[in-house]
Amino acid sequence: MSLETVHTDPEGYLANRDDWSEELAQELATSMGVSLTEEHWKVLNTARAIDAESGSSPGLRKISKRSETPIKAIYKLFPEGPAKAIAKIAGIPKPKSCL
Amino acid sequence: MTDSGTEKKRSLSVICSKGSFDMAYPGLILANAARMAGVDARLFFTFWGLDIVNEKKIDHLHLNLVGNPSAPLPAMIAGLPGVEALATAQMRKEMERLEIPPIREFIEMLDDAGADMYGCQMALDMFKLTKDDLVPQVKDVLTAMDFMDMSEGAQIIFI
Repeated sequence: MSLETVHTDPEGYLANRDDWSEELAQELATSMGVSLTEEHWKVLNTARAIDAESGSSPGLRKISKRSETPIKAIYKLFPEGPAKAIAKIAGIPKPKSCL
Repeated sequence: MTDSGTEKKRSLSVICSKGSFDMAYPGLILANAARMAGVDARLFFTFWGLDIVNEKKIDHLHLNLVGNPSAPLPAMIAGLPGVEALATAQMRKEMERLEIPPIREFIEMLDDAGADMYGCQMALDMFKLTKDDLVPQVKDVLTAMDFMDMSEGAQIIFI
């Protein structure tokens, strides 16, 4: 699956989470102007792990605590709407949390 | 499938005018949600809302039970000494369980998230306070007109 062939919902979240791959994440990130580093991956993998364990796409605070990445750093990594960007690139649904 | 980036950037202005524990959170939560979604956010603390960022009061905000029709107990009991403090402690505990941060931490989080916070000049004068009485995350003290100018094109929420 590539950016051209993958299905997303109207808001841009992956319609089918099985379509996700690291390569697709790279493409998604690039399309949002984010180039993924190790720090980005730590945040993305944490978000994916929490979603897989709890069945609920996490908000930023949970991701920040679990990945031990300060909120400020997360905003530097994903400057434009980190909660949405992380969920989209990580291939998980729109976060259900307000925090 | 991604944001085109051509439309005008959304921005949110929140005016916090109430200083009770329960009325402090809505504005903070909305501003935080805006930042998480990539929307610019600024908050203006005025009148009792200043308590939310007052260094001496920030950790001691109280629930308002008397005159609150949603209060879970009769007004006569709610008005007894210590009852509001007790109810506030209960609510704090419940919020902790839900991992909702205390006000001070929330203000720090908003600052880290890039939300701008301002105190109202007139309210500070009225309460005989200065910027030094406010938490350091408050960027500046403004008049209502300054805040209006800053909010051009923004969506404004008054709480």
